[in-house]
Amino acid sequence: MINHIVIVPVILPLLFGILLLLLQNYSIQVKRILSITAVIVQIVAVTTLLNIVSSGEILTYALGNWMPPFGIVLVADRLAVWMLLIATLVSLCALGYAVRGTDAAGQHFHVLFQLQLFGLNGAFLTGDLFNLFVFFEILLLASYSLLLHGGGRLKTKAGLHFVVINLVGSTMFLFAVGILYGLLGTLNMADLAVKVANTTPENVALIRVAGLLLFSVFALKAALLPLYLWLPSAYTYTTAAVAALFAIMSKVGAYCILRVYTLIFGAQAGPAANLIEAWLLPLALATLIIGILGVLASTHLRQQVAYLVVASIGTLLIGFGLNTPAGIAAGLFYLPHSTFAAAAFFLLADTIAKRRDEMKDKFEPGPVIAHKRLFGVLFFMVAVLAAGLPPLSGFIGKFMILQAALPHPALPWILAIVLITSLFTLIAMARSGSMLFYRAMPANYCKIGPDREVPPTAMALGKELVSIVGLLLLSVALLIWGGTITEFTMATANQLLQPDDYIQSVLGTGVIP
Amino acid sequence: MEALVSIIIGVLTSCGVYLTLRGHTFPVVLGLTFLSYAVNLFLLVMGRLTIGSPPIIAEGMSGYADPLPQALVLTAIVISFAMTAFVIVLALKAHLEMGNDHVDGKHKS
Repeated sequence: MINHIVIVPVILPLLFGILLLLLQNYSIQVKRILSITAVIVQIVAVTTLLNIVSSGEILTYALGNWMPPFGIVLVADRLAVWMLLIATLVSLCALGYAVRGTDAAGQHFHVLFQLQLFGLNGAFLTGDLFNLFVFFEILLLASYSLLLHGGGRLKTKAGLHFVVINLVGSTMFLFAVGILYGLLGTLNMADLAVKVANTTPENVALIRVAGLLLFSVFALKAALLPLYLWLPSAYTYTTAAVAALFAIMSKVGAYCILRVYTLIFGAQAGPAANLIEAWLLPLALATLIIGILGVLASTHLRQQVAYLVVASIGTLLIGFGLNTPAGIAAGLFYLPHSTFAAAAFFLLADTIAKRRDEMKDKFEPGPVIAHKRLFGVLFFMVAVLAAGLPPLSGFIGKFMILQAALPHPALPWILAIVLITSLFTLIAMARSGSMLFYRAMPANYCKIGPDREVPPTAMALGKELVSIVGLLLLSVALLIWGGTITEFTMATANQLLQPDDYIQSVLGTGVIP
Repeated sequence: MEALVSIIIGVLTSCGVYLTLRGHTFPVVLGLTFLSYAVNLFLLVMGRLTIGSPPIIAEGMSGYADPLPQALVLTAIVISFAMTAFVIVLALKAHLEMGNDHVDGKHKS
């Protein structure tokens, strides 16, 4: 009976999505309450799962009771549940911001939001490569529509690029899946791991091709260096709440890289062992550099945050690219931090942009914003978080990654690039902060219309900021429970690098009662 | 027959890649469609080409066609259908909002 908890994070958003679609003529308040309830129930379910899997147990759920490797199987191990927890927490905060008004700009915001969660949660839980493709498509189709939510020329342009590049990515995914099935006759990831390790020599070249094709698809989703160009404009022009949700979407690519290249093409994969080891670390370092150059060159705050997301993917994959337990554990600690920080930053940039009249979030002197001290403090905190300065969680994440890199032969490169880019982030943050808050002019010097918005009441302001503060508190929680979380991520990394447990618990499953 | 099918897949893929790299939305949509046709055919062929053999267990049959790629390709067709519909609507929306059908929203130089 207990096993059914595994499917709850997948089935729940689907059911709520359908329910919200049926209730489309009801008032927006009803939809908001339902949508938030759905996310909270998911968080409860995921926390329950976390309690079970943190002991090291791996739960499997055979859909329709078709036994793996023939049926589709959902697998909840430490990594999957950790990603689920981060995704549901971020989506609660994004939703908390969206219900302030952005959700009313289109009819189906909440439906799409739940379906996006359906795709995300499914992608984290599935143990089947083709099923992963299907969940990718679900989350992408929802994200295409969410990206365009609210309409506007710039959104359409960014959306078109995003859709086309992802459709090409999906085609590549299918080619890779086809090659693997044609050679090995299975798509179950655990079964693939066994079959890749015992493959015959004449298949090795094609299997490596398929593995690298898959890597290019995941690199596209994660926005790794040559394939990152879709991210900045997509994340810059979409609505803030959606951008905050998308902060977890680019981490799906990083998750898939970690999962597939430790399980199927990991150290035990025989002829295809450590397939991407030579690629991942250099590409991650280059992504970090490009991301920071974008941060420095940005002309407005949202764009700067979008490039910070690119840079954080670089840092994260440096951790994964080290291919050691310590490196992966550090990456898994940095992952929630970077997600929370990016989401908080997107939301904060939007609240600031709303208060600067026609200057929006451009880095040009604008009017003095209402509640400037409050926003200044929030900006300072988020900037410290993003730049990775002590005492907040960004510092610990980066420190852990550097510490894990100490025995690595490429240490000088990693140290130099991570530290110099941190310095540049700091410079960029200081520059944008001083432009937004210090070089502001009193209202009567600015060309502003008479219809200047009245500053909101404390109550309205509190509601607006609750999500940002929530995300900041989550980062602080990462700091306070840092010891426990580090132990957990270390255990996760060890579990990932010894995939025998995963393989045994999938292929040796008994019938679910 | 294997050679013929692989040539078809190759031609479809190269046409798809060429058209996807064009600057206007209509060829790009066509290119994506070609790519998805190519990959659907590719997936189907991954079950090996057989003629006249059943995909389900039957009396007195020795060879079987692999039913799984057929199921996979059915899923892939449905998904690519939906995606094509979506991208056509999006291309129309872009055309209406930007006044031309260039993927970057620029006028022809």
